[in-house]
Amino acid sequence: MTTASAETVVRPARARTAAATATVRRGQGFQHGGWFVAPFLLLFALFVIWPLLRGLWLSFTDANISGDAAHFVGLDNYREALDDPLMWEALGHSAWFTLLVVPCITVLALLLAMLAHHIERGKWLWRLCFFLPFLLPSTVAANLWQWLFNPGTGMVNHVLGLETAWLTDKSYAMLAVVVCTLWWTVGFSFLLYLAALQGIPAHLYEAAKLDGAGAWHRMLHITLPMLRSITGLVVALQILASLQVFDQAVVMQDFGPGPEESTRTFVQYTLEQGFTSYRVGYASAISIIFFVLIAAVALARMWLLRNREEGGR
Amino acid sequence: MTTAAQVRKDPRRPWTPSQIVLTLLATAVSAVFLAPLLWALFTSLKSETEAVEVPTHWLPEDWTGQAWKALFETGNITNWFVNSLVVSVCVTTIVLVVSALAGYGFARTEFRGKALLMGVVMAGLMVSPAVLGVPLFTTVQQMGMVDTYWGMILPQCAPAAMVLILYKFFQGVPRELEEAAFIDGAGRWRVFFTIIVPLSRPSLAAVGIFTFISSWNNFLWPYMVTNNPDLMTMPNGIATVMNSYGIQWAQLMAGGLMAGLPLIVVFVFFQRQIVAGVAHTGLAGQ
Repeated sequence: MTTASAETVVRPARARTAAATATVRRGQGFQHGGWFVAPFLLLFALFVIWPLLRGLWLSFTDANISGDAAHFVGLDNYREALDDPLMWEALGHSAWFTLLVVPCITVLALLLAMLAHHIERGKWLWRLCFFLPFLLPSTVAANLWQWLFNPGTGMVNHVLGLETAWLTDKSYAMLAVVVCTLWWTVGFSFLLYLAALQGIPAHLYEAAKLDGAGAWHRMLHITLPMLRSITGLVVALQILASLQVFDQAVVMQDFGPGPEESTRTFVQYTLEQGFTSYRVGYASAISIIFFVLIAAVALARMWLLRNREEGGR
Repeated sequence: MTTAAQVRKDPRRPWTPSQIVLTLLATAVSAVFLAPLLWALFTSLKSETEAVEVPTHWLPEDWTGQAWKALFETGNITNWFVNSLVVSVCVTTIVLVVSALAGYGFARTEFRGKALLMGVVMAGLMVSPAVLGVPLFTTVQQMGMVDTYWGMILPQCAPAAMVLILYKFFQGVPRELEEAAFIDGAGRWRVFFTIIVPLSRPSLAAVGIFTFISSWNNFLWPYMVTNNPDLMTMPNGIATVMNSYGIQWAQLMAGGLMAGLPLIVVFVFFQRQIVAGVAHTGLAGQ
């Protein structure tokens, strides 16, 4: 960009700049800074922090949904949760779903983005096609695939010439949810990759070409390394979103837990405990356990990132 | 950017073999992506009996608008549509105002406890309605906001992620721009509205569009907080009410397409800005 010229223009102004900054710090800084963040912090406190603290408190009680007086029960809920096979099963389903979805979506999004980036004609059309499913509500995507996977009347078996009972067979039910999710959400990561590809400076490729690097080499030594940080972001966002899967799984199974309870996810189990069994205390305890798990994943990512930065890159 | 990037490509460049291969490949992939939507469209134009015929077929034998007509006559679909619109527009407006202010406050002003509060907001990235559904519900219940618009809207209005995106963007705005204005006697607020906001239009657009998409498509929270079918939003009504009478596939597909249509139209018109916005906000370039 034009950094060099901007620097020279700005330099004479440095003296008054310092004075101005000092006024800002001393004079209006505090009150105004506070007012800027106040509206957000108010909403954040009411709908994030307070429920979190409240959930923590409720998790030590036997509260029910109607708000009758709750009794303090100490760690009973947590003790019960750790021995609850259904909770572990639900956690396993969410983890399995995440394990299946994240690698597939990352690779698929990257390939689609490269395809859309390198085609010269009709860019907007490909962009639209790949991103379109993401614009549907999750419930609509789920209903649509429920219909496509319908064994007798659905298009999937018809096209593939199969007679698989996708939605009612234990071994296929989660796979159906995964396929629906890939189709529905890959567009978002695709867009992130596409933006990142457009941000790689063209002169890198030109220099490589002059040095005689072929297309394959340019991809291996320029494109992929330049995409490393966006890949980290895509993977992190996908892990967090996938662990919280709920919509597709319940809608595809008509709000049930699936064949032999094979698609009941962790969020679904929490809500069942809270709203169907009316055990708000217990539901809060497993929510807190889940929160700790998610926080661990997020912190692990931050720690990895920091290590990598310190590791010379 | 640099001049090298500005070399204009001739739009009528001849087809090279590699471009032909890529285009064919993209066409095939697009067909796979569009097939489910076409299937939904064709199903919605069949009669209910034809929709469940075995073996199934793509095109309707009798094209009929029956399902679409029934959708408007029997369902609350227009209610749901209006509810979705009210909720999404309110959420988007509030989120834009609140997170732009907060992003700027954190990026460019000083106040006591800033670092601590910033840390708390960062931690908030890990909390979502999915994680805190039950306690969030009891909180909203205590405020008496179950089955109200406010109950649907306000809990969606504190997205830490949007604050962080804008925070990153504001940090990149040259300080000199503001400082010149301070010297001319402008206050913080004036600087914010006359310099910062116009500069950050692409980022604000991206934040607004993504907030609108996620709010329009949000299922979980409205599902928890509404019982009254007249108050439901589009995804919510379609998934719960339309399914509860025994599924009528043609009608369900028509409803689904209705629910997706507004965002598809928005995207068709604004896709260039959306992609630019993603690049601009640093969402992609972290």
